[in-house]
Amino acid sequence: MAKILKKEVISDGIFRMDIEAPEIARRRKAGQFVILRLNEKGERIPLTIVDSNPEEGSITIIFQVVGHTTALLSHLIEGEEILDLQGPLGNPTEIKNYGHAVCIGGGVGVGVVYPITKALKESGNRVTSIIGARSKDLLILEKEMAAISDRLIVTTDDGSYGFRGFVSQALAELLEKGEKIDCVFAIGPVPMMKAVSECTRPYGIKTYVSLNAIMVDGTGMCGACRVSVGEQTKFTCVDGPEFDGHEVDFDLLMKRLRMYCEQERVSYERNQCRCQNG
Amino acid sequence: MKEISVGVKMADKIKIPRQPMPEQDPLIRRKNFDEVPLGYDAETAQKEARRCIQCKKPGCVSGCPVEVNIPLFIQQIAEGDFLGAAHTIKETNSLPAICGRVCPQEDQCEKFCILGKKGDPVAIGRLERFAADYERAQGSVEIPPTLPATGKKIAVIGSGPSGLTIAGDLVKLGYDVTIFEALHKPGGVLIYGIPEFRLPKAIVEAEVEYLKKLGVKIELNSVIGRLKTIDDLFSEGYAAVYIAVGAGAPVFMNIPGENLLGIYSANEYLTRSNLMKAYLFPDYDTPIVTGKNVAVIGGGNVAMDAVRTALRLGAENAYIVYRRGREEMPARKEEIHHAEEEGVQFHFLTTPISYSGDENGWVKEMTCLRMELGEPDASGRRSPVPIPGSEFTLDVDTVVVAIGTQANPVIPLTTPGLETNKRGYIVTKGENGETSRPGVYAGGDIVTGSATVILAMGAGKRAARAIHEFLSRK
Repeated sequence: MAKILKKEVISDGIFRMDIEAPEIARRRKAGQFVILRLNEKGERIPLTIVDSNPEEGSITIIFQVVGHTTALLSHLIEGEEILDLQGPLGNPTEIKNYGHAVCIGGGVGVGVVYPITKALKESGNRVTSIIGARSKDLLILEKEMAAISDRLIVTTDDGSYGFRGFVSQALAELLEKGEKIDCVFAIGPVPMMKAVSECTRPYGIKTYVSLNAIMVDGTGMCGACRVSVGEQTKFTCVDGPEFDGHEVDFDLLMKRLRMYCEQERVSYERNQCRCQNG
Repeated sequence: MKEISVGVKMADKIKIPRQPMPEQDPLIRRKNFDEVPLGYDAETAQKEARRCIQCKKPGCVSGCPVEVNIPLFIQQIAEGDFLGAAHTIKETNSLPAICGRVCPQEDQCEKFCILGKKGDPVAIGRLERFAADYERAQGSVEIPPTLPATGKKIAVIGSGPSGLTIAGDLVKLGYDVTIFEALHKPGGVLIYGIPEFRLPKAIVEAEVEYLKKLGVKIELNSVIGRLKTIDDLFSEGYAAVYIAVGAGAPVFMNIPGENLLGIYSANEYLTRSNLMKAYLFPDYDTPIVTGKNVAVIGGGNVAMDAVRTALRLGAENAYIVYRRGREEMPARKEEIHHAEEEGVQFHFLTTPISYSGDENGWVKEMTCLRMELGEPDASGRRSPVPIPGSEFTLDVDTVVVAIGTQANPVIPLTTPGLETNKRGYIVTKGENGETSRPGVYAGGDIVTGSATVILAMGAGKRAARAIHEFLSRK
């Protein structure tokens, strides 16, 4: 059981929670995730650890309501408990001084890129961050990202705030201007990670992406999260979650993420009905 | 004529036929997840028990990896002392209700039964199950006395059959035992791997509860190697560590199209259905693909579990695709028989070479090659050789790859000095599970590669003795 210490709505349908997890808080590193299960009938879902507070014994997660389990999670209140919390899982990000690092987050992916950005900044990198959302009211962590970046570029698809366009277009502008970039970390929707990887490919800039494949156990046991990287099958949970964006088969990932579309809809609608009927 | 137990003459004993196991009707059970064999009633069990001729040198005992006193417990059943029988078994086997169901008795105890030379061996497994079920149903599971506390802590990594066995043995010797389990439920393969219709989960839960009553602590959601390392455990004051994490990583064939949607590893398919109860979706949240034409690749017990699960999930055609012949299948005869009764279709001497999918990435067709048997390979079985030009296709919408598992590398990678072999399994000295690291022992599938529940339990028992000796010397 893991108690919810703090809950905030940070944007439309996006929540931040601090959860009591002293052992995970002590051990986790940037780039790692947890798997949680809310009740006896619940499914297991992976969520990135955004931050931790070893003194308080807590970890922070950020999630967007996208289906049944995230909807249920969003209904929990401070003081309530999460039945199962397993972690830290996955390999930590390879943090070192690359020189000029560009950290890119799209949508709720800003939450995932945040701990990596923070760790890169702390290891002496010059950090440019590019964060984006569909519109201004969906943008998250602007202040937090600004505080750990040497420069912050904000984009919105509809132009309601900052640069009008996608994060990949903002990156392309920097590259066209001839800016020297030593590595890129890009996390967000699959099409965005694909677009960023295509931007950097001609320049040969090392580009890491963090993949959000469907998982069950998270310990390398089931292979649900398999992805194709450099024509080889890899397990996101134990070989990743970060991979070389130039090697990832994003089209396959997108298809595999839709494997349970129909069942997810059934589950979600059933839950909504239950809520409406009290 | 010499009189043997409970007044049945030898000649009469031999006349009693092996008592059949009552089972759910195949046409009904292929639609439900309830247990298939229903178990003996007391009368049938006693009748079967009376067949035992109480050999002076019982072969059955030497065939049992944990050396259960088989003639004694069978005699107790014959005499109507069912609780006594259960206690006899539990002296050496802490999980009899499980072993009575999933042990390959035909290759162990029953293989050496003298009656088997001319007819059918005594149904030892069914009797074991009867005694254990009787005890549980009576609600009279006895908590045996434990030795005074030694004050020494032992960490067991993994709560599968090997981990549960060693935990039970060591707690009885007075050790403070904590099991670290990676998943949210204890039981390992007994929970995530073996389906409800073969091993009801309530039985595994009862065995785990029994261990907890003995004083075993269980830490769930604890991935050793990630949450903490084995060295961390020693710093926390554990005096010895037993690694029983199983061979949990799936093996794929690496053929074209294997990552298409609808293709599962057996581990995933069974974990979704068993651990996560996807067969009860949407009442339970975890989904599973319920295909109409399901092919399971492989010929072992796991393949049988997967293909029978597919039928129960509503498959119209459930196929076993196996590269060798019926005789070479490693699955238990009983499981193959059950699968056939339920309507599973077998494609022997067949191997898939590629899959093709539709525009959304869903598997729709499997191309196979016919095989013939050539020279015996390292396992002693004749190896399959492809027949050129024998390609054919099979329409499928779900595929389960059940061709074995391999070692999970997380613990070796995070434990300096822990020796592994080239396949990633932990190297142990001799039979007692001692590894290259002092105080660290290992057993079960992470040492042997995929094997059986009872062999993993046997390894746990031997390691318990070795750890006790090691710590007594200290």
